[in-house]
Amino acid sequence: MAEFFLNKHSVVKQGEHFYAKPTGEIKQPKTFAIYRWNPDDDKNPCINRYTIDLSDMGPKILDAIIWIKDNMDSSISFRRSCREGVCGSCSMNISGVNRLACLESSADYAGEIRINPLPHMPVVKDLVTDMQSFYDHYSEIEPWLQTSKAPADGREHRQSPADRKKLDGLYECILCACCSTSCPSYWWNPDKYLGPAALLQAYRWVADSRDEERKKRLKYLDDKFRLYRCHTIMNCTNACPKDLNPAKAIAELKQEINQLH
Amino acid sequence: MSSYETTQLDYDIIVIGAGGAGLRATLGLAAKGFKTACISKLFPTRSHTVAAQGGISAALSNVEEDDWKYHFYDTIKGSDWLGDQDAIENMCERAERAVLELENYGVPFSRTEEGKIYQRAFGGMSIEYGKKQAHRTCAAADRTGHAILHALYQQSLRYKAEFFIEYFAIDLITGEDGSCQGVVAINMMDGSLYTFRAQKVVLATGGYGRSYFSCTSAHSCTGDGTGMAARIGAPLQDMEFVQFHPTGIYGTGILVSEAVRGEGGYLTNAEGERFMERYAPNAKDLASRDVVSRSITQEVLAGKGVGENKDHAHLHIHHIDANVIEERLPGISHHAKVFADVDVTREPIPIIPTVHYNMGGVSANNNCEVVNVKNGKINSIIPGLMAIGEAACVSVHGANRLGSNSLLDLVVFGQIAAEHCANTLKPGATLPTLNKKSVDDILNRFDQVRYAKGDISVSEIRNKMQGAMQRNVGVFRTEELLAEGKKAIMQCMQDYKNISINDRSLIWNSDLIEALELNNLLYSALATVACAYERKESRGAHSREDYKQRDDENWMKHSCCYISPDAKVNFDYHPVRFETKNVDSIPPKERVY
Ligand SMILES: Cc1cc2nc3c(=O)[nH]c(=O)nc-3n(C[C@H](O)[C@H](O)[C@H](O)COP(=O)(O)OP(=O)(O)OC[C@H]3O[C@@H](n4cnc5c(N)ncnc54)[C@H](O)[C@@H]3O)c2cc1C
Ligand code: SF4
Ligand code: SF4
Ligand code: FES
Repeated sequence: MAEFFLNKHSVVKQGEHFYAKPTGEIKQPKTFAIYRWNPDDDKNPCINRYTIDLSDMGPKILDAIIWIKDNMDSSISFRRSCREGVCGSCSMNISGVNRLACLESSADYAGEIRINPLPHMPVVKDLVTDMQSFYDHYSEIEPWLQTSKAPADGREHRQSPADRKKLDGLYECILCACCSTSCPSYWWNPDKYLGPAALLQAYRWVADSRDEERKKRLKYLDDKFRLYRCHTIMNCTNACPKDLNPAKAIAELKQEINQLH
Repeated sequence: MSSYETTQLDYDIIVIGAGGAGLRATLGLAAKGFKTACISKLFPTRSHTVAAQGGISAALSNVEEDDWKYHFYDTIKGSDWLGDQDAIENMCERAERAVLELENYGVPFSRTEEGKIYQRAFGGMSIEYGKKQAHRTCAAADRTGHAILHALYQQSLRYKAEFFIEYFAIDLITGEDGSCQGVVAINMMDGSLYTFRAQKVVLATGGYGRSYFSCTSAHSCTGDGTGMAARIGAPLQDMEFVQFHPTGIYGTGILVSEAVRGEGGYLTNAEGERFMERYAPNAKDLASRDVVSRSITQEVLAGKGVGENKDHAHLHIHHIDANVIEERLPGISHHAKVFADVDVTREPIPIIPTVHYNMGGVSANNNCEVVNVKNGKINSIIPGLMAIGEAACVSVHGANRLGSNSLLDLVVFGQIAAEHCANTLKPGATLPTLNKKSVDDILNRFDQVRYAKGDISVSEIRNKMQGAMQRNVGVFRTEELLAEGKKAIMQCMQDYKNISINDRSLIWNSDLIEALELNNLLYSALATVACAYERKESRGAHSREDYKQRDDENWMKHSCCYISPDAKVNFDYHPVRFETKNVDSIPPKERVY
């Protein structure tokens, strides 16, 4: 795949190996191989290794990366905020799989833990990627409630518990991009294919009994690129750290569009 | 002298922060035709509002006959009579409209059988002035903050509001007359610096939970607005009132919402006793948060804590129907599994009171304008500056916030800020020339931090500060502990002058950003410990072992403090407001649950 992205800095080199200063007997040594790239110097990206004692820190991979930043190299950059899997900041590629670092336990990974930025996204620095196109796809599906007028009694729209249930598994998306950045169709057509995250959200509004623009939404998606680049490869669903099922949402969209025809 | 190129951008209004408060203000302003920029260090849906679980309060009467006046009473009682009653009236009276508006925006609230917004029981909320438990907290399962924040962002997209995402606001620009003219911010993506000029700057930067070692707040809750305001000489108000949530997961501090107790969960000690029945015979596990947190701490102090070190308590929900858990508390079951390795359908969750919310903040009036307090009263506003949300102290929460009143505070005061601008400003009005000296001072401070070559790392100072706050400014406080805490924080401020930064680049330099955040945390921490030291009474979340009673005669007043650049703290006070419009004010009385 790399040949599509070959440029001056595309060759990732092996970097240095650092060892944390032991504070006593080392109980749980673990090595993190972390992708490093600083746009300000003219060097190629490299993989630095940091060997630390897991018993010095909290159990999650995010705890470990923060520990490395605090104690070994404060120049490492990555996004993080909530540390409980709800803000979607800390998505990264962990030993080959897109995950939220704050939900993964270091001890669950055998051997060296490989930490890379989300795949096929422009890297800004270290683990920080440029998410703009991902956000643009989200905006493109007009992700807001569309109704011609507010409820007549001036109160809430009525929605039965059964209709509300249809939104479960959809509205919880945290826009972490783990799914889209694991989707081969999204890699190859990032400009035209909306990707699983935006499509899941598109379906969230199609499925909402309060929304009046179901048809308009479906018609917009009925396009060989926006929706039909999905070839049901299922990577997205496997990647979602919130256990959502974008592939299923996409299948539902295709089915609803078929019924329109 | 610094030699940074800056780009000047002009707006009618700048909102700093894209949490619930900032987004509601932004979209209101955009809808009213103001050229508005919303600056946020995080992508909007990553703001900490996303983590709110339990719900948002409003007397909708969807479960039982309710009245905003009961909500008004409960909030005042919850605040231990430190909340300003005119502000509380404002909030509670507007609550119903505010929540219905959110639903109309598309928030996927859970539903009652009739298809109305689902409402659950929350602590301190009652029907008919304490007679029985109210179901007033409107919920989207246990992901209400997520549901609201996403809907507000979606509405901002609809109104095409202008965002500056991953821009970090460094400091406020002031005119020679002390007015706020704008803000200097850095675009983290490419390191470019901007001066944003506007008629008004609205601070909506959230709380400062990260001044403590263990908290339910996100890493990004660093009191940046508090720090920025303090540095231009604005007063910080009621900072000693830090809410400890009774149920943070033991060890990690991750929140288990009050919704759990609202849905029937209860606490036990090592003897398996439901001890809340002793401390709050009526409300029991749903007493106000300060009361429950103190009760848990007392159980632990009495040797009745659970676990190997007898230092925490248990929260049970396994008796609740599994379907109810799955439908209404799915997020919490997941948190308990991932962070405590507990299956909530079978085992109790280990919990401990954990720092959760800052009742204090930048002193603001009912119009959200930041005010100066001198000689015992509010004597003027600081032109050009407003504050809303957790960053502000209006004060609607007084000495103790009721659960689900913060989300309400965000949207109501976000609305009010937008309305106040609409009533007093004109889109496109001419802006004064930026005060060059102020901009230079800001860039100099920035440059000093950027090239800091001292020998103490950001994390070292941060750890010291967090340790001191945790030890010395906890659930129970004494003069001795607070004096020690104050000394430690002063020392951290001293150490900050000797800070070291390793990353000299400007692109996504989180070493630098964390150093700037630390400075803001230090201002917030210092104000907290200093005000706590001064307040010689126990009220709401501020519990002094050496002054156990509430002292209305001397202390029914707001603390305000001013922090000088050399870390000197000056105090002033102003009285609690009791005047109300459409409801009788509630005179102080003893607070029992
Ligand atoms: C775990 C948890 C659960 C909660 N549950 C509930 C609940 O159920 N009900 C309830 O009512 N309340 C709840 N609360 C409280 C409530 O969620 C918060 O008080 C509220 O969300 C704060 O919102 P805010 O808009 O003021 O700030 P935040 O949501 O924290 O947003 C702050 C914004 O400011 C921006 N910002 C900060 N500094 C800068 C800077 N220097 N430059 C640029 N941008 C900056 C950030 O990017 C962010 O967008 C909960 C709190 C926690 C911690
Ligand atoms: S199922 Fe569709 S969206 Fe998901 S990974 Fe495959 S191609 Fe991509
Ligand atoms: S669907 Fe899942 S993986 Fe995709 S953005 Fe949403 S939460 Fe992340
Ligand atoms: S830090 Fe928020 S999802 Fe990991």
